[in-house]
Amino acid sequence: MKPVQRVYLREVASGLVLTARHFFVNMGRHLAHALGRTEARGAVTIQYPEERRPYAPRLRSLHRLVRREDGSPRCVACMMCETVCPAHCIYIVAGEHPNPDIEKVCTEFTIDLGKCVFCGYCVEACPEDAIRMDTGILEFSSYSRGGMIYTKETLLSLEPAGPDGKPRSPVPIPADRTP
Amino acid sequence: MPKLTIDGRPLEVPPGTNLIEAARRLGIEIPHYCYHPALSIAGQCRLCVVDIEKVPRPQVACNTVVAEGMVVHTETERVLETRKSIMEFHLINHPLDCPVCDQAGECWLQIYYMKHGLYDPRMVDEKVHKPKAVPLGPHVILDAERCILCSRCVRFCDEVTGTSELGIFHRGDRSEIGLFPGQELANKYSGNVVDICPVGALTDRDFRFQVRVWYLDTQKSICPGCARGCNIEVHVSRRRVHHAEGRRVVRLKPRFNEAVNKWWICDAGRYGSAFVDGDTRLQAPARRDGEKTLEVAWTEMIPLAAGRLRGYRADEIGILASPKLSNEDLFLLRRLCDALGVGAVDYRVPPARPGDEDDFLIRADKNANTRGAELVGLGGADSRAILAAARERRVKCLWIFCHDLLASAWPEGEVLDGLLGAETVIFQGTNANPTSAYAHLVLPAAAYPEREGTWTNFEGRVQRFRQALPPLGRALPDWEILGRLLQEVQGAPRPARAEDCFRDLAATVPAFAGMSYRSIGDAGQLVQTARP
Ligand code: SF4
Ligand code: SF4
Ligand code: SF4
Ligand code: SF4
Repeated sequence: MKPVQRVYLREVASGLVLTARHFFVNMGRHLAHALGRTEARGAVTIQYPEERRPYAPRLRSLHRLVRREDGSPRCVACMMCETVCPAHCIYIVAGEHPNPDIEKVCTEFTIDLGKCVFCGYCVEACPEDAIRMDTGILEFSSYSRGGMIYTKETLLSLEPAGPDGKPRSPVPIPADRTP
Repeated sequence: MPKLTIDGRPLEVPPGTNLIEAARRLGIEIPHYCYHPALSIAGQCRLCVVDIEKVPRPQVACNTVVAEGMVVHTETERVLETRKSIMEFHLINHPLDCPVCDQAGECWLQIYYMKHGLYDPRMVDEKVHKPKAVPLGPHVILDAERCILCSRCVRFCDEVTGTSELGIFHRGDRSEIGLFPGQELANKYSGNVVDICPVGALTDRDFRFQVRVWYLDTQKSICPGCARGCNIEVHVSRRRVHHAEGRRVVRLKPRFNEAVNKWWICDAGRYGSAFVDGDTRLQAPARRDGEKTLEVAWTEMIPLAAGRLRGYRADEIGILASPKLSNEDLFLLRRLCDALGVGAVDYRVPPARPGDEDDFLIRADKNANTRGAELVGLGGADSRAILAAARERRVKCLWIFCHDLLASAWPEGEVLDGLLGAETVIFQGTNANPTSAYAHLVLPAAAYPEREGTWTNFEGRVQRFRQALPPLGRALPDWEILGRLLQEVQGAPRPARAEDCFRDLAATVPAFAGMSYRSIGDAGQLVQTARP
């Protein structure tokens, strides 16, 4: 490194110029907008997480299991999603459904979101429309790997996002997810 | 022999051959549901239609025998159109339950729809509903809606088992398969109807919802259940360990062998694989020290066991080998006995109750390799005398393979005195049993799907079983345990593979002369003495 670079002064100055240029360009756009040129738009700051940009309608967010009217899962444990999942992160155990007309149901349905790549193939593959990725929930980080494992009960309790794309269910907090 | 042409290719077949079999010889598959080579011709499904020159209408191939000069076409436009329409008929009332149907993935409706159907369904009416999930017997469950009324199951019960439990009831599209009143599908071969049912109408109760079939791996094997040695396929679930409650061997299916079991196996064999993943499996070599049982490493156990065997005079050792061991195991045991000079070896332990037998497949001898043990030339002593010698303290080291002596025909007191009389009891086997509880050294052996080997069936047919799984825990194949012991006792290099043991066996024992794993192949090979 050259001595002149070691002082960093030139770098500090060029950084300041960049920031200043963004500031003034955006100020110019906001002024133009205020003065009637509506197509001019400056950058805005969104107060995340209180405020959010609208999500795209086809966004793939946290999975949920769709319920039947009696609250049991629509899932018939056909294993299509488990088979298609490229991350091998779905674990289903099949059992008899109490209703003999339905016959088969998942007794356990676990997704390891730590492995999920959010490809949405599971939703595509499902012949029963039993799994969807429409909760609008994106923040489910965890301090432990165990905290990323979502069980059938949690996945069944989730609601689809509202028409504005905002989640209607609180982010599920697994028991072992302690901050 | 009549000469005919199928799809432009000439061939000559014995008179009386039907067109499905004739085409099969050319590698041409004529689709069919109801035809089965072991059963009478029904001509129910109409899917096997072909065009024959000079015959005005398409003919069913299953019920048309070859004739001199016949010219057959299996792929004309008319045949393809007919197949498609017949597929549509078969599926008119079909519930399309595939997501919950255990047959999905190996279903001939799915396969033939993709190959010969692919039409747009025109069925707008409500489908006819029929009983679902009806248990027919201890092993088989029926879904009458999925049935395509091919009548294979009915003909099986009429013609193969002669028990006639099943029939087709009602008329037209209300026809359904069912049991005759007061009957139950409980014959000794009932599981075979699941195999021959081309759709998901008849499925296994013990396999219901366990594993999807596309997760299964298969390996050629031999049923260990009796001296017949039926050829089987072992289906193992290794890819998704949380399925089938963690069991690895999830089902056994028959494998065709003209000379042994044809297409069939009995229910006792088919549903008898639970011990492989059972709770009683021995998983680690163990040494009993007073009341405590200590697990030890093989590197410790082999010198320990060899030391015990060498520590006694040859006439103080008694060995109860097992007719469940493979030819390779028995041959190595014979070499070990020769090395130690042990003469008190036998493999015969009478069962408490004589096994059931019939004139079809089931043999009274419930051991897979009694004939092999005879031919390998093991022992010559009398097993009961060995036990008596242990009771009288003349035999101090008792080495027992697999047997549960406490469940044998011998009086319990006699067995207990023998087991308690011996200073050292070595038990080698796959599963713990009441006898193994008396062992001082336990050598865990791999079960048959976990290893290679050969058994000799009662007719003298040597048949190979192959490895489908790694051994559970630290179990080792019997030949490997015996090879290590032989190495320890004799310093001889130990065989690296079961095949090496078999090569030595073939070179030493005249009955097996000239045989190899390659010559045994998939169909088995008769030993010299049994050849016509
Ligand atoms: S989104 Fe993709 S990776 Fe995630 S569970 Fe579904 S199929 Fe698997
Ligand atoms: S594909 Fe749908 S019905 Fe099948 S197991 Fe997955 S969620 Fe259940
Ligand atoms: S029988 Fe075949 S086509 Fe019918 S539901 Fe079962 S898998 Fe599907
Ligand atoms: S139950 Fe199966 S084998 Fe029996 S008639 Fe129906 S489809 Fe054929």
